[in-house]
Amino acid sequence: MSALSRRSGLLAPAMLAIGVLLVLPLGLMAYVSTLERGSDGGVIWDRHTLDAYVQFLFERDLMDNLALNTDYLGIFARSIGLAATTAVLTLAIAFPTAMWMAFQPPSRRTFLLFVVTVPFWTNLLVRNYSWILILRNGGFLDFALMGTGLRHEPLNILYSPLATGIGLVYSFLPFMILPVYVSLEKLDRRYIEAAFDLGADRLRTLIRIILPLSMPGIVGGLILVFVPCLGAFVTPALLGGGKSLMIGSLIQQQFGQARNWPFGAALAFVLLAIILAALWVHAMRFRRPTRSAA
Amino acid sequence: MTGSRDLWQFPGTKTAAFAVIVYLYLPILVLIVLSFNASDSSLARWEGFSTHWYAMVAADDNMLNAIRNSGIVACIATLFGTAIATAAALGTARTRFRGQTVVEALIGLPLIVPDIVAAIAILLFFVMIGIKLGLISLVLAHTVFAIPIAYLPIRARLEGLDPALAEAAADLYANPWQTLRRVILPLIWPGIVSGAMLAFIGSLGDVVVSYFVSGPGSTTLPVYVFSMVRMGVTPTVNAVSTLLIAASVSLLTASYLLGRRFS
Repeated sequence: MSALSRRSGLLAPAMLAIGVLLVLPLGLMAYVSTLERGSDGGVIWDRHTLDAYVQFLFERDLMDNLALNTDYLGIFARSIGLAATTAVLTLAIAFPTAMWMAFQPPSRRTFLLFVVTVPFWTNLLVRNYSWILILRNGGFLDFALMGTGLRHEPLNILYSPLATGIGLVYSFLPFMILPVYVSLEKLDRRYIEAAFDLGADRLRTLIRIILPLSMPGIVGGLILVFVPCLGAFVTPALLGGGKSLMIGSLIQQQFGQARNWPFGAALAFVLLAIILAALWVHAMRFRRPTRSAA
Repeated sequence: MTGSRDLWQFPGTKTAAFAVIVYLYLPILVLIVLSFNASDSSLARWEGFSTHWYAMVAADDNMLNAIRNSGIVACIATLFGTAIATAAALGTARTRFRGQTVVEALIGLPLIVPDIVAAIAILLFFVMIGIKLGLISLVLAHTVFAIPIAYLPIRARLEGLDPALAEAAADLYANPWQTLRRVILPLIWPGIVSGAMLAFIGSLGDVVVSYFVSGPGSTTLPVYVFSMVRMGVTPTVNAVSTLLIAASVSLLTASYLLGRRFS
């Protein structure tokens, strides 16, 4: 058996499974977004229209004229803003932690890595739910603040954009710690020693040496947080209540109460396009000479 | 330690790291403690130790059914996903070939596409080809996500393998199948086990995809808990959440210890 046919045989099941059960469905989703909505929900398979995309940007007034409607754009803008804020906040929290971990003796590093990964692998739903217990009126936070006399009434922050933000930062913090840690750990220590030898103090070493050299990890972490945050569904549903709609909840509604599949598919397709564009820009910026890796 | 060692201690990073670890674990600990709270208001006030809520979990038939569904789906999806991932890792590790970037991007695709987008795409696909939403649709969808999760540790293990071992086996007239069975598989076994454990945890934790592709009688535990939480907080949710945490933490710890023993 030749190496080529053996390799094809080994790769075939994975390609087939992902091709049929993910790539094909994504194509189908793009197709459905161009179909006409059925009267009882669902779609009419042979009637094409761009209504879904028109609905995203415009609304029809009583005279059947199109007027720009910024409602959905507003939800996309809010989601992008929330995802970007979350990414920056997690970076601010994660960087010092990753730095401390990376400069520990190797044996302790493995253990610390494990400690940081456990919450990452703990059920996302459970982790978000635990914040309900903390943030709800009379919950753990109120109990702690009122018990120590710092406050006299409940904070009332559950079911708000703030609560969604807290939940998102908490959920995705490990996505930031890990890549930043990896790039700091791989960083050649001699550069740092050289900076110290040449009389740079810690702050200067941090800004001029450590930050630039850990940039791939930082950017990687920003993307790893931003991408899932943008499509977040569980966190806004549990902590945000109905008031702060995000893209994920909007898409879900089209398949739930609204029963507008073409519109839901169009929203999902726009979300996917934004994310693929972000990843593509990243890949272009950090493209390495591929041959030398071999 | 002398001055040169102290220079590595950037001030504040240690405090920050400890604060972050407390931040990561505190909500989980609050949840676990409250699951043993005798009070039925599930507020923060402690009213004595009780396993009452665990008894409630055991008495809830819908919950038990959801636990059983989750177990079945996670086991089968892990089995398929890990087998497929192992084959794929054997095909991509320690080699360069045309189209490798595309192959690797495809394997990683389930982790890149947002849950919600993948979920509705798969839902539309199942509706179109007429697969009834139930355990089969759940297993199929979960397998797709198990593949990249299991692939990464297996592939890492293969990359760390000494190529001389396979060459020695070939020199001793082992055919490729014997080399795989007798040399490679035993050596990458820890990677396969830890990949399978992570895939299992991933399947057990999935809410979004399961929410869309499960049918009326085939609710998984996270989907069931999700709908319970949206109705309102009950201490029973604390108890079943604690059980979910216990399941993933014990699997992770086993995977960690296994990795340490064989590294």
